[in-house]
Amino acid sequence: MLAALLMIFFVVPNEKIQGVAQRIFYFHVHLAWMAFGGFVFVAATSAWYLRTGSARADQLAHANAEVGLVFTTLVLITGAIWARPIWGVWWTWDPRLTMTVVLWAIYAAYLMLRRLGQGDETITRYAAVLGIVGVLDIPILVLAIRLWRGIHPAVVISEDPEAGLKDPTMIWTFVISGIALALLFTWLVSLRARFAAIDDAVETLHLEKENQ
Amino acid sequence: MTGIDYLGYAYSAIWIALFFYLVALGRKASKLEDEIKELRK
Repeated sequence: MLAALLMIFFVVPNEKIQGVAQRIFYFHVHLAWMAFGGFVFVAATSAWYLRTGSARADQLAHANAEVGLVFTTLVLITGAIWARPIWGVWWTWDPRLTMTVVLWAIYAAYLMLRRLGQGDETITRYAAVLGIVGVLDIPILVLAIRLWRGIHPAVVISEDPEAGLKDPTMIWTFVISGIALALLFTWLVSLRARFAAIDDAVETLHLEKENQ
Repeated sequence: MTGIDYLGYAYSAIWIALFFYLVALGRKASKLEDEIKELRK
C-alpha cells in the first residue's frame, strides 16, 4: 500500500490530458473493480446459501456486501472529486455514474434488509435473492459507456492516442495499486466475516441460554 | 484550487472513510466481547 501511494504521489508522470487529477484513478478504478468482485461474490455465496442453507455462505455474502458498499461509496466520492477539475461539476447523471448509484442503493437495501430482519431466516433468504438480482446491474454499468455513449472516460484502454496508461511507470503504478487494494479488500472481508461468525455463535448461545 | 488539491482530497477521503469503517468494526468487536462476557457469567 505504501509503495502504491509513493508511486502515485512521487513517481508516476502526469497524464497529458487530465494532468494531476488523473492520479485519482489509480485507486478509483481498483476500488470499483474490488466492489464489483465483492458483489459477484455476494451473488455466488447467496446462491450457495439458498441452495444449502450454509451459515458460512451467508456470513461471506454479508461481509462482501458490506465491504463492497464501503468501496462503492469511495468510488462515488473519489469520482466526484475527480470530476470537479475535469468536467467542472461534482456530479452529472452520466449512465455509468447513474448505474453506480443504483448499484450502491441495491446493496445498501440488501444490508438494511438484513439489519431489519435481525437474523430472521425468511428475510435473510429475501436478502440473498436481492444479492443475486443486484449483481445484474454490474454488466449494465460496465457496458454503459458503449450502450448510451456517456462521458465517463475509458481509463485503462482508450482510443485516444494521447490518453490512457501509456507510460510503463503508469502501468506499474496501476498494477501495484490493484494488488494493494485487493489485499485490503480481502483483509476487510475476512475480518468482517469473522465478526459475522462470532455474532452468529453469540446469537446461538443466547438462544440456548433462553431455552435452558 | 489546483489538481493537486483534488488529488489530496480524494486520497484523504479514502483514508478517512476507511478509518471510520475500522472504528465501526472495532466497536462491533468490543460489543461482541461484552456479550460473550455476559454469556459466561
